[in-house]
Amino acid sequence: MRRFALIALPYAWLLALFLVPFGIVLKISLSDIALAIPPYTPTLDLSEGWAGFKDFLAALDFENFTFLTTDDLYWKAYLSSLQIAALATFITLIVGYPIAYGMANAPDHWRPTLMMLVILPFWTSFLIRVYSWMGILSTEGYLNQLLLWAGLISEPLVILNTPTAVYIGIVYTYLPFMILPIYSTLERMDGSLLEAAEDLGCSRLTAFWLVTVPLSKNGIVAGCFLVFIPTIGEFVIPSLLGGSRTLMIGKVLWEEFFNNRDWPVASAVAVVLLLILIIPIILFQRNEQKSREAEG
Amino acid sequence: MRRLTWFNATSLTLGFAFLYLPMLILIVYSFNESKLVTVWAGFSTKWYGTLVQNEAFLDAAVVTLKVAVTSSTIATVLGTMAALVLVRAGRFPGRTLFSGMIYAPLVMPEVITGLSLLLLFIGIGLDRGILTIILAHTTFSMAFVAVVVSSRLMSFDRSLEEAALDLGCSAFDAFRLVTLPIIAPAVISGWLLAFTLSLDDLVIASFTAGPSATTLPIKIWSSIRLGVSPEINALSTIMIGIVAVGVITASLVTKRASLRQQAEERAAAQQV
Amino acid sequence: MGQTVFEPWNDPDEKPLIQFKNVTKRFGDFTAIDNQTFDIYEKEFFALLGPSGCGKTTMMRMLAGFEAPTEGTILLGGQDIAPIPPNKRAVNMMFQSYALFPHLSVWDNIAFGLKRDRMSKDAIAARVEEMLTLTRLTQFARRKPHQISGGQRQRVALARSLAKAPKLLLLDEPMGALDAKLRQATQFELMDIQEKTGTTFVIVTHDQEEAMTVASRVAVMDEGRIVQADTPARIYENPSTTYVADFIGDVTIITGRASPAGEGYEVHYAEAAAPIYSAFDIDLAEGETCHLALRPEKVSITAERPADRRNAVQGTIIDIAYLGNLSTYHVEIEGGQMVKAQAANTRRLSRRDFTWEDTVWLSWTDTAAVLLRE
Repeated sequence: MRRFALIALPYAWLLALFLVPFGIVLKISLSDIALAIPPYTPTLDLSEGWAGFKDFLAALDFENFTFLTTDDLYWKAYLSSLQIAALATFITLIVGYPIAYGMANAPDHWRPTLMMLVILPFWTSFLIRVYSWMGILSTEGYLNQLLLWAGLISEPLVILNTPTAVYIGIVYTYLPFMILPIYSTLERMDGSLLEAAEDLGCSRLTAFWLVTVPLSKNGIVAGCFLVFIPTIGEFVIPSLLGGSRTLMIGKVLWEEFFNNRDWPVASAVAVVLLLILIIPIILFQRNEQKSREAEG
Repeated sequence: MRRLTWFNATSLTLGFAFLYLPMLILIVYSFNESKLVTVWAGFSTKWYGTLVQNEAFLDAAVVTLKVAVTSSTIATVLGTMAALVLVRAGRFPGRTLFSGMIYAPLVMPEVITGLSLLLLFIGIGLDRGILTIILAHTTFSMAFVAVVVSSRLMSFDRSLEEAALDLGCSAFDAFRLVTLPIIAPAVISGWLLAFTLSLDDLVIASFTAGPSATTLPIKIWSSIRLGVSPEINALSTIMIGIVAVGVITASLVTKRASLRQQAEERAAAQQV
Repeated sequence: MGQTVFEPWNDPDEKPLIQFKNVTKRFGDFTAIDNQTFDIYEKEFFALLGPSGCGKTTMMRMLAGFEAPTEGTILLGGQDIAPIPPNKRAVNMMFQSYALFPHLSVWDNIAFGLKRDRMSKDAIAARVEEMLTLTRLTQFARRKPHQISGGQRQRVALARSLAKAPKLLLLDEPMGALDAKLRQATQFELMDIQEKTGTTFVIVTHDQEEAMTVASRVAVMDEGRIVQADTPARIYENPSTTYVADFIGDVTIITGRASPAGEGYEVHYAEAAAPIYSAFDIDLAEGETCHLALRPEKVSITAERPADRRNAVQGTIIDIAYLGNLSTYHVEIEGGQMVKAQAANTRRLSRRDFTWEDTVWLSWTDTAAVLLRE
């Protein structure tokens, strides 16, 4: 009896507030837009029972999904989201790995402090961390002031409201997600492995390539997915730093919903976004499972 | 064995400079006299003064705290239950769907979570306000609580519970007297995580908030979309300060406790 | 000679405390316990001995109530315990990991079970004090489990499980986490406490020396069955199978064909060699395959053939294992058969009589070798 209640309560909550809403999104994505409140006409009318369901099947059209393919705004947004996410993930890896590596090589008594310094930004407001770059990157911002003062440039650089600013924003905010999994694999690595490699004739650099990097592979893969997956649907960073020229699907969905009030199309955008995300999510879970099994 | 090379030291210095300089600049310029944020015009705390008098911000802060406390508390209860189900309940019909629903919010883009919940609230005719934000935040943060608590439960030594049963406890007493006190640190960090996520959330709150209730991130958002403002700098400084004090205190306390535990264990090992 | 021997299993009037009746336990396709029937008597110190995976822990967990038999019944004092949940059984368990509650002090750990019985505060305090004294932990009462040593933790676990004065105490590898020296001292302490409290102890262990030291009876288990349950001396001197002979202590097994001769049998093990004689009481047919189990300490090693012994074979020393007080010689005899012989090192190592490649005589008495069918 107690077991039943233990399962039923969270189960019911998730059904009502996670699965049902998602069903509604699916349903609305198959509906037509209307100038009403709510601004769509439901194709599926459950109050008419079986007849209503037959009407629904007859009238079932993927109009909104076809629309997504005809207007090149959408597929360009999907593509550009994927591209930005992939490149940003790569840059984050390049920036994050040396930091994780440095942490793993740091003296034992430093490590808890370094750990805390990596985690601290994570507890700080995401919005504020993105916002802090607005003042740095703007035309009259601190970065341009510094460069002009140093005489490195004569004209201020335009960085804010370009894709470059979006990359900087993503790398900055998602860096801890890259550092932590890599650090945890490096930290567990047996230091005598490197000594063994050097003993067998490796230089320090080849030992790093042949031993350290392969052994941290699980951390690298986990870190990359942890950056890549949330970046695809990112909204705040492209809106604040990317300006109107940066196209990302999270932003398109938001604008479709709030500015154009086209709920059916916004829902269709959401459904397709989720379908795109399923692949990396499954790959990520498989990697997690594999590394769990490897640890025994 | 491990050596900190020049390369390591440089990458650590540059890395942490990258992580902390932007926030540092924000803090410094929150004390700027000038209205033009990028031009330094002398030290002043006047933006803190105007901030404290800004009632819209204060109201939003109160709403945010109410939402965060309520939603994280409910999420902790539900998330801990869900973790127990995941780790302990074994097989039951619909288990796969259950674990799927628990983990999905972790990877679900916030825009989709927000959109779907908004459509639900409209569909059932629930007026948007504090209640809807609480429901939304509870749903997505209980997943995080469940993950934190279930990873602690997985390493939990089951023989402790068996010992409690063996000594005469009912199953519920064994949970209340043995399991819960031992996993309490994980439950507390789950609560803190849920609380922070709720404080921090802009996207889901934007979808589910109504005109009657605005949270602080929504307020900040509508203000910074127009550009950098000294008032927001002051607000950010306060928020960063609170988080920093909280996290540093927490880590000092845990470090102290673990050092003491280590010392005691060493001392214990030396006696027969 | 006035002392009566404690052997309730030989007394037909004695009622057993625990009875296993045709108990089988399966986990899916795997049979952990295979149709076992046996009794344990009050005040016994009963050891379940076997390698890991032999089913000894399952046996114990069924007694504690954490597993239920698939078939058969387990009786405690004549009553079927299947419907009684673990928290209502008059059985307590000492866990291998000790399972001490890390958030409670030593005192509260010991009081934990007593509080569940809703005893009065004074009664609880008195009982806890008694247990602390018994296990010499009084000065550590206020400490937490991580503040005491491994040996002290073990004693807390024992005190906690004894506090409720159970009819039966189960001990799962109680010495497993202790180092060798501490283990010996603890074994005697455990026997002492068992005698003082008069509680029936069932101990699970994979350490044969430990089982032999502490137990009144040892049950040797293999693949879900008890192969032999008997006193330590009988298990060692009269093993029922070669598995038991091999599991307990060191042994040489010689396989051959039996032919009746006088009081016992002659065993032919190699074409050219003279047969070995054993006066062991067993019923074997002419030419039946049998096994001789020979303990190394019962084999003497000499340079010349001893005149007075019927069993004497010549061989070459292949290996010597030097153990300090003893040396075990591995001697190859006729037919390539290896025989182990043990001798006390009464002289200094440099003056040892035998060395590698030496030809020596091995001899033993007519009653030294045990004859086994399987």
